[in-house]
Amino acid sequence: MVGLSFGAVAVASGAPLWLPVLLSVVVFAGASQFVFVALVTGGSSPLVAALTGTVLNARMVPLGMGVADVVPRTGWRRLLAAHLLTDESAAFTLPRRDPEERRAAFWLTGVLLFALWNLGVLVGAGLGGTVLASVDPSDLGLDAAFPAVLLALLVPAVRTRADRRTAVAGAVVAVAAVPVLPVGLPAVVAALGVLAGRARRRGGDGGAP
Amino acid sequence: MTWGTEHWVGLGVLAVATFALRLLGPWLAARVGGGARAGSTDALLAGLAVAVLAGLVVTQALFDGREAAGWARPLGVVVAGVLVWRRAPFLAVVLAAAATTALLRLLGLP
Repeated sequence: MVGLSFGAVAVASGAPLWLPVLLSVVVFAGASQFVFVALVTGGSSPLVAALTGTVLNARMVPLGMGVADVVPRTGWRRLLAAHLLTDESAAFTLPRRDPEERRAAFWLTGVLLFALWNLGVLVGAGLGGTVLASVDPSDLGLDAAFPAVLLALLVPAVRTRADRRTAVAGAVVAVAAVPVLPVGLPAVVAALGVLAGRARRRGGDGGAP
Repeated sequence: MTWGTEHWVGLGVLAVATFALRLLGPWLAARVGGGARAGSTDALLAGLAVAVLAGLVVTQALFDGREAAGWARPLGVVVAGVLVWRRAPFLAVVLAAAATTALLRLLGLP
């Protein structure tokens, strides 16, 4: 479903038909793909869009550390396993204890998700290109779809009070940066919002030595 | 939109950087191991995604580049927010946001 919407929204907002499909194969990380297309079709520099997507994908590092035992040591299998690392394949692997079960869960989720995600994007891009191509994207309200998608990805990630502070700080920093930074960069400096989530917690810890 | 060399570069940077980050996790785990250190890095990087996503949501909802985006789009995103909060399915959230914005524009709101 997410893949389908990604393909459709991307093409309908002016991206070439092959772009969402190619992104899904070579990047294969939902939120960063949405962000790249949204920023690029919105007129921001492609490098800034890539940077923003990369910052979002920094979470792959702890995920990869968590499932390191299922990633083969060498060879093309190692590269393939790395490419199949996503929030989902990690989420299905992390809670399992048995090494054999962990490996099976990782590969099954990874391969299945890769297939479904790319199929969804392909179908979505086709729909976007045929059904929606003749209409003005702003008449369809498609410009609201990108932030709506990002919101749907953000909310489940906000679980603690520190997360909430981080999100609010990120939002405030980004809005404040809009008049002074090139288009697209404000979301990158929103990363500074992390400091808000941590600073307060560190203060709390310090208060009870 | 017109697709040029700098777009290819951007796409390449995103793809290569993402792949490198995916390889970095298992590589680090083999060298420094898991443990408490991984826990704190984990929290930091998860926080990074939260902050950047939040920044993207507001800037994409409120602005067109540097210009204000008008009212219809932010209101569509607010509707999406309510639906996400009520745990509506993903597709419903996206369609409701677009439909709200489209309807408000039809009614003449910028």
